[in-house]
Amino acid sequence: MQNSRQNPLRTVDLAAMRDEAFQAAVASESGQLLASCYQCGNCTAGCAYTHDYDIPVHQVMRLVQLGHRERALSCRSIWLCATCQACTTRCPNNIDVARVMDVLRHMARRAGHAPEPTVKTFTDGFLASVARHGRVFEAGLAAVFAIKSGKPLQDAGLGPAMLSRGKLAFLPHEPEGQGKAEVAAIFERFYARKKQGGGE
Amino acid sequence: MSVPGNSSASPATPALTNPKRLAYYPGCSQSGTAAEYDISTRACCAELGLELVDVPDWTCCGSTPAHTVDHHLAGALAARNLRQAEATGCERMATPCPSCLAALRTAGHHLHQEAYRAEVEHLLGGPAPQESTAISVLQALVENIGPEAIATAVKKPLTGLRVAPYYGCIMNRPPELMAFDDPENPTAMDRILAACGATVVPYPFKTECCGAAFGMPRLDVMQRLSARLLAMAEECGADVVVVACPLCQMNLDLRRGQVNSAAKADYRMPVPYFTQLLGLALGLPESSLCLDKLVLDLRPALARAEERERKRAEESAAQNGAKPCKPGDASHKEDAPCA
Amino acid sequence: MRIGVMVCHCGNNIAATVDVEAVAAAAREFPDVVFATDHMYACSDPGQKSIEQVITDMKLDGVVVASCSPRMHEATFRRAVERAGLNRYMFEMANIREHVAWISLDRRRNTEKATDLVRMAVEKLRHNRPLTAKSFDVQKRVLIVGGGVAGVQAALDCADGGLDVVLVERKQAIGGIMSKLDKTFPTIDCSVCVLGPKMVDVGQHPRITLHTLSEVEEVSGYVGNFEVTVRKKTPYVDWTKCTGCGACLEKCPSKKVPDSFNENVSFCTAINIPFPQAIPKRAAIDPAHCRQFTKGKCGVCQKVCPADAIDYTMQDEVVTEKVGAIIAATGLDLFDHTKCGEYGGGRYPDVITSLAYERMLSASGPTAGHIKRPSDGKEPKTVVFISCVGSRDRSLDRPYCSNFCCMYTAKQAILTRDHIPDSKAYVFYMDIRANGKGYEEFVRRAQEEYAVEYVRGRVAQVYPQAGPDGPQLLVRGADTLLGTQVEIAADLVVLAVGVEASKGAGSLAEKLRISYDHYGFFLEGHPKLKPVETNTAGVYLAGCCQAPKDIPSSVAQASAAAGKVLSLLSKDKLESDPQIAMVTGNRCIGCGKCERTCPFGAIRMREMRDGSQRAEVVETVCQGCGICSVTCPVRAIQLQHFTDSQLLAEVNALCRTWDETSE
Repeated sequence: MQNSRQNPLRTVDLAAMRDEAFQAAVASESGQLLASCYQCGNCTAGCAYTHDYDIPVHQVMRLVQLGHRERALSCRSIWLCATCQACTTRCPNNIDVARVMDVLRHMARRAGHAPEPTVKTFTDGFLASVARHGRVFEAGLAAVFAIKSGKPLQDAGLGPAMLSRGKLAFLPHEPEGQGKAEVAAIFERFYARKKQGGGE
Repeated sequence: MSVPGNSSASPATPALTNPKRLAYYPGCSQSGTAAEYDISTRACCAELGLELVDVPDWTCCGSTPAHTVDHHLAGALAARNLRQAEATGCERMATPCPSCLAALRTAGHHLHQEAYRAEVEHLLGGPAPQESTAISVLQALVENIGPEAIATAVKKPLTGLRVAPYYGCIMNRPPELMAFDDPENPTAMDRILAACGATVVPYPFKTECCGAAFGMPRLDVMQRLSARLLAMAEECGADVVVVACPLCQMNLDLRRGQVNSAAKADYRMPVPYFTQLLGLALGLPESSLCLDKLVLDLRPALARAEERERKRAEESAAQNGAKPCKPGDASHKEDAPCA
Repeated sequence: MRIGVMVCHCGNNIAATVDVEAVAAAAREFPDVVFATDHMYACSDPGQKSIEQVITDMKLDGVVVASCSPRMHEATFRRAVERAGLNRYMFEMANIREHVAWISLDRRRNTEKATDLVRMAVEKLRHNRPLTAKSFDVQKRVLIVGGGVAGVQAALDCADGGLDVVLVERKQAIGGIMSKLDKTFPTIDCSVCVLGPKMVDVGQHPRITLHTLSEVEEVSGYVGNFEVTVRKKTPYVDWTKCTGCGACLEKCPSKKVPDSFNENVSFCTAINIPFPQAIPKRAAIDPAHCRQFTKGKCGVCQKVCPADAIDYTMQDEVVTEKVGAIIAATGLDLFDHTKCGEYGGGRYPDVITSLAYERMLSASGPTAGHIKRPSDGKEPKTVVFISCVGSRDRSLDRPYCSNFCCMYTAKQAILTRDHIPDSKAYVFYMDIRANGKGYEEFVRRAQEEYAVEYVRGRVAQVYPQAGPDGPQLLVRGADTLLGTQVEIAADLVVLAVGVEASKGAGSLAEKLRISYDHYGFFLEGHPKLKPVETNTAGVYLAGCCQAPKDIPSSVAQASAAAGKVLSLLSKDKLESDPQIAMVTGNRCIGCGKCERTCPFGAIRMREMRDGSQRAEVVETVCQGCGICSVTCPVRAIQLQHFTDSQLLAEVNALCRTWDETSE
């Protein structure tokens, strides 16, 4: 990190900030040639979430290019990317930007960042529902999210409309055969693997 | 990139030995909040002679949450379903949901990499299939049946109904992965709806994001993005926004009250699935299309279109004297005042 | 045989990592080597003098110089040995700079490798024999393919220099892209006003034969003696009678023909003269739209023509031209903007290409110089320019910069502000490339004087939206300097489309037997030192067929190519390179494999008196590539100066040293 004593102007010391292991990890986990980004801004231009991002996506790409791990992994933007693929589709350098955002999210999770707690709660709840039932149990997910997110009444207004249209199943619609057990096993192996990997 | 209007002649189509038989992966939403998408899809396919063989014992594809957490976990959850689909012996597997489609195709794409495959197979506890055969129901209808065949099967054309086709963000993107239709200006749904006799309005936000799964975690974001789509549909003069994605439909229909209140607007246009409109045009009973499951009632829009069409026919008849212009008659174009 | 060896230091280029004295010492032990030394700069004047001196003093029969690449100085040293009375082919070069010194820092192993290379060169030289060039007559005429500004300039320079010129142009009139432009940067000169006189000169020059509406069909022959067949497509108008009066245009009933000269912004008639300054100013019929051809009846133009020039039965004509040299100046085509669906090109009428906009700006264009947007003819108040459409884009397989779009965009933005003073012009750009004379200043003028708003970032999407005064286009992009998404409601969007190689460039390259790159641009002989030559003797390049370039660069390259042609054809006779294939008659079994593989058509099969076939090399056509030599199953065809025995001598020399070191 920067040493403010030697750097009274607090400029960004490019050499000191560069985390080469991080650069290499993003490149290998995403399979993308990050040096090919020439900062045209097309990803930001087409991103529906730019308004909600704290760092626009082309600058996230720049942080990764420069190896500024901390800022890249602690930003909110990577949690607010919906993987709508506009950036990947339009990148003139064939970079799968959405996949890079995915990889940063994975790394942020491992590093314990969660600047958008509701997004993490929703994702975790979704996967827990799948792990438990083999399929998503929508009503169960909504209930769990309502409690854990601290927004119990956000979607309460949707209830009547859903009920009257038979859209709210109170029991999970589980797979008929071995599917449920097999999915549970996938998750078990996944969590075991994570423990092996450590730090996750 | 596929060329618009050329997808019906996709090179994949002639190679199929049995284009009328497909494995079918409904996806979780379609057994819950989006049941009408599943039911109307089955009804339309049955009517058009497309046999859907349910993937036995299917499970969640992993959808967006899985890949945002881990690519191997996402791969394993999807690969299990690709394996189940192989059991049906069908060449292709259709799914109505673009999110499922993206998960299934992404897994197939990355399974070609050895290290990825090894890790996925470890999580899966067994071998993973070599590739993904997944396509969307939309692609199956366009490629395995075709707009021309659909047009001939139409019994009650949706004449006069102005539809804004909204494809959602991942039905065609990224093009290298989805390999169907044009990523910037998709036309598959346009062509099906046109075959149904509807008037397709040029809707510029065909592939703009609706807010996706942020309805729960970041309602404010979803509200803003969905409101923008509805405003544009209104500007285009659409009676309905037609969708092909359960998440888009939920945001635009079920969550309409939330969207309207945030936007301080009163957008009223209904948001049917394209399979519901197709079913109507094919003359299927409303009950088999579950129109009653839509939060915003479709019927007033249909009635309005009918009324508008009737008036126009009358006016043109009056103007044209003995030469009434038949609605939906394609032979009348530039010269006909009703066109 | 008495051989001398000189090992060059090349300053520190070689000497830093090769022990040149040790190499010279080792060379003294090689067979037939009677003298070996090292020199600071062998290619310098004193270096050459000492080579000449040593040849005389030591009575040498051959010389080896170990220095740089033969591409650099082979000709230099050959001239030196020739001055000392040796045959120039009694010289060999060992490349110990590019192949040794520059690629490794290991001094010991570099020295070993350099010694090996010198040993090989000596062994080859021991098998060399003197070769003599033959001379042949040349055609003092030049063919120029393409009548854009480059072709026009090359034609005038060659003709003024005393050569007969044949100028072939695919379109009906010469002038190319430049004739479509309104003004030129950075001087805002009227484009056609400066080009027009040159076009007239071409039309009137007694030494220039003009074939328009014509294409090169076949090229045979070799430098000095090419034979070219040209197909002259019929205009259905006898141009010897047509006066260009335009009466036919006025009366032609088929008036809805997309006007390609005006980038299809407007319509023209089926019989047409593309623009007022057209050279030749002659009418031609487009049979795809003419009623006489599509419906079988009309005949209006025939009736009204005062010169009786219309002839619906006219046929294409094929002419053969004999020339000594060829200049390719086939120009460019523009990137198809409809491939960029996100910009709505082709879907939204008010999203147009830069060249269509150029026609709109032109006083002789479809709107008589008034900017009117295509959808409703309204004057736009906000015009957005998008740079790099089909340039610097790997996803579209167009990774290269198109060179001049930055500049014409600045020009068009200035002209927009000039035509419509209350308008606003925006330019979305990634980088501004303004590296010509006065170019940077010109862009700054656009920004400062004309208040053109430059926005650094790409545009993601253009879509129609209702504006306060009718429909507009919303341009959504990024301002990467602000780090935000930005949008502008525009009345007109102009796409700065990039440059592509001219359609059909590849097939012409194959006819001319020149190389072209992945994108269809023709390859120059050397990127630095032979920028107008090709690898085929007698074929030269001018203008955008080689790479995207602006008008001054195209004109400069055209004059350079003309200069090359003039110097080539200033000689009455040309010398042929003796490093060519030669058939040993009694070995040849007449299988014809060499004839089939020769890429230059330099081998003929000749029937002998006993009815058998023998291969025969057309010495002036052979380029000495050696493909025939490796194809021949009986080693009957040998490349002079690179015979099997010469190459094997080198290989043996190398393998012998390997044997020694491995033992």
